[in-house]
Amino acid sequence: MNKLNFLRPNIENLNTYLYSGIFLISIAILDVTLNSFFNTNITSFLPNFISFLLPLIIGTVGLHIIRIEFSGIKNLDLLNKNINTNTFNAVLTLLIIFAVIKSIPPFLSWFIIDATISGDTKEACTGTGACWTYIKIWLNRFIYGMYPNELQWRINLSFIALIALAFVGLIPSEKFKKFLTLYYVVIYPIIAFVLIYYLISGGAFGLEWVETGAWGGLSLTFIVSFFCLIFCFPVGMFLALGRRSELPTVRYISVGFIEFWRGVPLITVLFMSSVMFPMFLPEDFFMDKLVRVIIAISLFEAAYVAEVIRGGLQALPRGQYDAAKSLGMGYWKMHIFVILPQALKLVIPGIANTFLALVKDTPLIFVVGLLEIVGMLNLAKTNPKWLGYAMEGYVFAAIIFWIICYAMSKYSYNLEIKYKTDR
Amino acid sequence: MNFKLNKIIPQLATLLAVILVFGFLTYNAQVNMDNRGIEFGFGFLTQESSFDVQFSLIDYDGSHSYARAYLVGLLNTLLVAFIGIILSTILGVIVGIARLSPNYLIERTAAWYVEFFRNIPLLLQIFFWYFAALRALPLPQDTEPMLGVFFLTIKGLFVPRFVWENLDIFFYSIIAAIISIIVIRNYARKLQENEGKQLPVFYISIGLFIILPLITFLVGGVSLNFSIPELEQMSNTSFKYKGGLGIPPELIALTLALGLYTATFIAECVRAGIQGISKGQKEAAASIGLTPNQILKLVIMPQALRIIIPPTTNQYLNLTKNSSLAAAIAYPDLVLIFAGTALMQTGRAIEIVSITMLTYLSISLSISVLMNWYNKKIAIKEK
Repeated sequence: MNKLNFLRPNIENLNTYLYSGIFLISIAILDVTLNSFFNTNITSFLPNFISFLLPLIIGTVGLHIIRIEFSGIKNLDLLNKNINTNTFNAVLTLLIIFAVIKSIPPFLSWFIIDATISGDTKEACTGTGACWTYIKIWLNRFIYGMYPNELQWRINLSFIALIALAFVGLIPSEKFKKFLTLYYVVIYPIIAFVLIYYLISGGAFGLEWVETGAWGGLSLTFIVSFFCLIFCFPVGMFLALGRRSELPTVRYISVGFIEFWRGVPLITVLFMSSVMFPMFLPEDFFMDKLVRVIIAISLFEAAYVAEVIRGGLQALPRGQYDAAKSLGMGYWKMHIFVILPQALKLVIPGIANTFLALVKDTPLIFVVGLLEIVGMLNLAKTNPKWLGYAMEGYVFAAIIFWIICYAMSKYSYNLEIKYKTDR
Repeated sequence: MNFKLNKIIPQLATLLAVILVFGFLTYNAQVNMDNRGIEFGFGFLTQESSFDVQFSLIDYDGSHSYARAYLVGLLNTLLVAFIGIILSTILGVIVGIARLSPNYLIERTAAWYVEFFRNIPLLLQIFFWYFAALRALPLPQDTEPMLGVFFLTIKGLFVPRFVWENLDIFFYSIIAAIISIIVIRNYARKLQENEGKQLPVFYISIGLFIILPLITFLVGGVSLNFSIPELEQMSNTSFKYKGGLGIPPELIALTLALGLYTATFIAECVRAGIQGISKGQKEAAASIGLTPNQILKLVIMPQALRIIIPPTTNQYLNLTKNSSLAAAIAYPDLVLIFAGTALMQTGRAIEIVSITMLTYLSISLSISVLMNWYNKKIAIKEK
């Protein structure tokens, strides 16, 4: 490509080349834009194949003749450096631009222009676009599952309370700071459990009993991920310590436990919890489906958390252990006050990734018959009144999950940056 | 004495706790099974399964045993994993390299691809492809063929099937080609070390790989025909393809979702690996006069692969485990056939779930053992 030196601008005749190059590129983009937005083909007089490729060829030539090493014009130099370094890059650049232009009209028309949101029945959806009416009608089910409508304030209330309680940690003065860990690790989970047990599930204080089979939708996704997140962390921490232990029995048991859970897919674990686990319980002992699922997912994710924490423990220099021991600290004191605070700080991104995986794994609980949001979608999809709107449902759920997961990953990234400066 | 007790007591306590828990569970299982009149055992594996499977790589119908059904499921799982791994590797490497492109637009596109597919649950993606995207395809009778021979319909993808004659001779020729390529590579390396001459090994390899099998076509009596799928009307409204190879939509949706999802993780591994090589390496290589291609091939890649391969193998393992989501769209994999249908029919929860878990466990463990061996082999030996 270096030999293609004709039609190359230099600093004297730059303007001529620049104007003709920009002209050619504009024609190319105009052609594609007209084609995609107004469905007209200004090069229709040409044979089909050439007419199709023409904008690409014209655009490439245009980009070629404005390519100059240094022009002194800031924008041109920026353009050349970033998207127009050689012919191959120029073609790729054009292809991406054209693809974006081409995909905007169908996307917009499906999403907004031809979409329907008014009305309450399937008949309202006459357009060729998405039928958001379907989402609107089913939204309540997608969020609360089969939970009775008039009792849904209980779910709302407990979630608001939980969020508010999570922010308690920001309030107290220096005096109470040292209790914060205790609060988040012990007290908060207990409060959460009590709230969900008495408020959402009911059955006491005059509240109506709602069985877990009726829970569902997005709120169930949150409940399951929340509890698994709380339980899997301490278990994972003990497993990680066990795997690093000097005592062979403890070490082998931890290794066996971790490798077992990491080696099997979650779906078989859930199968186990639903069909095999009841066989291992005492005869008259009943354990709720939801509880079994939460235990199963917690143990599963704990193994992953353990591996992540082990990475942090291994990354700490030996000197930290030696220094703590030389101060006369025992095993637990050393770990609680010296090792774990540093190790956990190191593995924040890894733990966040595990939690992200956990949230993305929650739809799997459909195998035991619990319907969180994806399960509810599949149920709504088969409703005879609303056949044929699978696409809208999945797009809706995908957007929700994407926002949750993307926010979480960005947050963990910020945490990582924040704690990196400390060291 | 005191010192020793310190070490023994926690160990004994842990051991005791584990034994107690296991003993408790086993005792309960014993009682429960006695009550229901089930006996623990694997005798059911030889019984007749009496259920059919839609898609099977080996000969199978209801008259075969449960063990055979297990094999069908296992092969189907491995098939999905194999296709998924190839797809995700190709895509992942391309996207990973694109993320390092100097072209801003390409870099952004790749980054958005990764952010997009990574943050949506895999199950949702499988459902999307299977229930929304592939259901929008035309019926067999309305399908326009692609390139004349491929039919992408709501019933799946129908492609021409190879009909071989003397396939074994063709195989031998490929093996011969591979062996001779290895020999030539070694010879070229020796030649370069001793005399500094470079052979165009790459072109010679490609040539050998094409020419040797070609010769078998000309003289070895190997022949290849295609059985092209043809639409056949069974009745007024039902159409069916005859001949060719039908790929069920479940398999397409599953491999597509697995490939697109896992590719994002592999792309990140590739990017991290290439970025992990310090800039000095590239500059040093350039300063001794290597061409950009040689820099990539001889300096960057050998070092980057050392970083890339372990996490990528982990992703392959994840893909294999994730392929169990097949059960959600009724693709007959190990979980659906064995832990689903077979369990329903026999009611032997403990045996079947343990066999299924052990199968996945042994796949995982054997790959990790292989990986540890490989890691030790390629680790930089510091002096």
